[in-house]
Amino acid sequence: MLNPYLPYPVRIAEVRTETEDKTLRTYALDFLHERDAAAFAYRPGQFAELSVAGAGEVPIGIASSPTEGTRLLFTVFRAGTVTSRLHQMREGDLMGVRGPLGNGFPLQSHEGKNILIVAGGYAVTTLRSVMVWLQHPQNRSRFGEVDFVYGARTPGMLLYRDEMNAWSQTAGVRCHITVDREAPGWTGLTGFVPAVVEQLAPDPHNAIALVCGPPAMIRFTQPVLDARGWQGDQIFLSLENRMKCGIGICGRCNVGHQYVCKDGPVFSKAELDLLPAEY
Amino acid sequence: MRHRILSKDSLAGFLEELRAEYTVFAPRQDTKVPSKTVWKELQQDEVPDFRFVNTDMSPKHFMFPQSECMLRYEDPAAPVLAPVEHDSRKRLLLNVRPCDARALAFMDTVFCQDQRTNDAYWQEKRNRTVMVGLACNNPCPTCFCHQANSGPHDETGLDLLLVDLGNRLLAKPLTEAGKSMAAGLPDAEEEDILRGKELMQRAHEAMPPVIATDNLEHRTLLELYNLPYWKRVCETCINCGTCTFVCPTCHCFDIQDETTPDGGKGRRVRNWDFCMAPLFTLHTSGHNPRGEKAARVRQRFMHKYKYIPMRQPAEVGCVGCGRCVRLCPVNIDIRDVINAMNQG
Repeated sequence: MLNPYLPYPVRIAEVRTETEDKTLRTYALDFLHERDAAAFAYRPGQFAELSVAGAGEVPIGIASSPTEGTRLLFTVFRAGTVTSRLHQMREGDLMGVRGPLGNGFPLQSHEGKNILIVAGGYAVTTLRSVMVWLQHPQNRSRFGEVDFVYGARTPGMLLYRDEMNAWSQTAGVRCHITVDREAPGWTGLTGFVPAVVEQLAPDPHNAIALVCGPPAMIRFTQPVLDARGWQGDQIFLSLENRMKCGIGICGRCNVGHQYVCKDGPVFSKAELDLLPAEY
Repeated sequence: MRHRILSKDSLAGFLEELRAEYTVFAPRQDTKVPSKTVWKELQQDEVPDFRFVNTDMSPKHFMFPQSECMLRYEDPAAPVLAPVEHDSRKRLLLNVRPCDARALAFMDTVFCQDQRTNDAYWQEKRNRTVMVGLACNNPCPTCFCHQANSGPHDETGLDLLLVDLGNRLLAKPLTEAGKSMAAGLPDAEEEDILRGKELMQRAHEAMPPVIATDNLEHRTLLELYNLPYWKRVCETCINCGTCTFVCPTCHCFDIQDETTPDGGKGRRVRNWDFCMAPLFTLHTSGHNPRGEKAARVRQRFMHKYKYIPMRQPAEVGCVGCGRCVRLCPVNIDIRDVINAMNQG
């Protein structure tokens, strides 16, 4: 009998400190057993429960793309019990991964469309998965133009900086990276994400938007998209409710009749409009 | 399947035969609090109780223990979690009330939704448990099973249903396991079967309609969610969670890791949890989507009577057992809440 609570054992292959305040680290994980790697077939936008024996589990979005091979990437903010323990762990240490969980972004059903990606802060992690996936030769030709808007408080808080430079070189992909205010050495955009989106004036025709970020960013980005005629079924958001089981049983992440862990974490704006704002 | 007759005089022998195959549990008077009936292992020569109203705690803990070890690690140098050994003993729950059996059948749909995510812990216990029900001939005033997808003689989820005819029990096999249990019993007479039907009829008649749910399906989720009523019902609630613990269909849980003081061994445990607890939905960031008490009280009733029917048409997350009505320390009555939701 399959046991959906049993994590796959993984070894930490690499730990990379992402931000200057050291609160965000990216963990590269290798499966201990090849059969587990094969069983862990995922899509961009899904998440997994990272499991540290003795501390517990924490749901984290998958930052790697399935097009990158079987090594998994997770960028983890140090906040609670499990993430603090994780931040003490080193390369070579063993931990667990349970998943993949959730629905992921509905990319396959939007082939041929332009894609607008809006990310704020460390919510960019699952969107990294999308960006890498979209740039894979097999996928790039199946979608239109990609606009990637991403903002952080300071240049030192930007994740995946080196990679983003490379993304900008891909044909049909445009990166619009911003920081809240001017900073020494920063020559890129400044200002909040919604303002950058407004300036970009994205055309809703034959397009979808994937939006992840802090509630304030989402709240101020929404009217910008509304004003340009984006409809609720063109906008997809990823929720972050507290979860435990990850498979729609333990009842913790309910938003109305939906389970964020099983039916989400990605919901269209149209779906969310029918639900109470318990997220 | 043919109805059989089990005389109460021959009950001891019948149970003895069952005990050869199963560990038998049944509701018994609590030795510490005589007014309470609790689930206990039925020892040899112990006579089952046929007059109890119902246990305070439902039999859900047989499949979903209040605290359960899921995984463990033995070696701190290689802290990889491994599953715990399952108990393999077959169990028989005797005199399960129909509402509780119906609740367990509902819980099957929660714990076992699809092949990939079937809850291994629930399923293995369910697979080795058979249930013999005892029909309710005298429903208590807090019961409303007949309006909550069950009934005093409901057969759902049972292997065998017993109907107390006085000094004899009418035994109705419902599955192959039930048929095999009753195989050695004599056939029931036509008048026994008629008497059983009469008792069922009488039990139904003794239960007046107490809830109205006709509008719930048509009201939108947000319409029900925004009822001003929720502020009123939450005024008395003390968020103690009693209703959820005694509820046979409440299934929320938490998962926690426990480590021995020397840090040598550890285990992952799941414990009952409940939506009334303020920490239930609290994010690490401090944001709480259900930070207000009214939101938490609403969650319990909305989950049972709106969210579950939206996911599983014709289903509700309640079997009308009446435990929450009976045991709520501040007298919140789910029947009033349902009626208020229905009226708007």
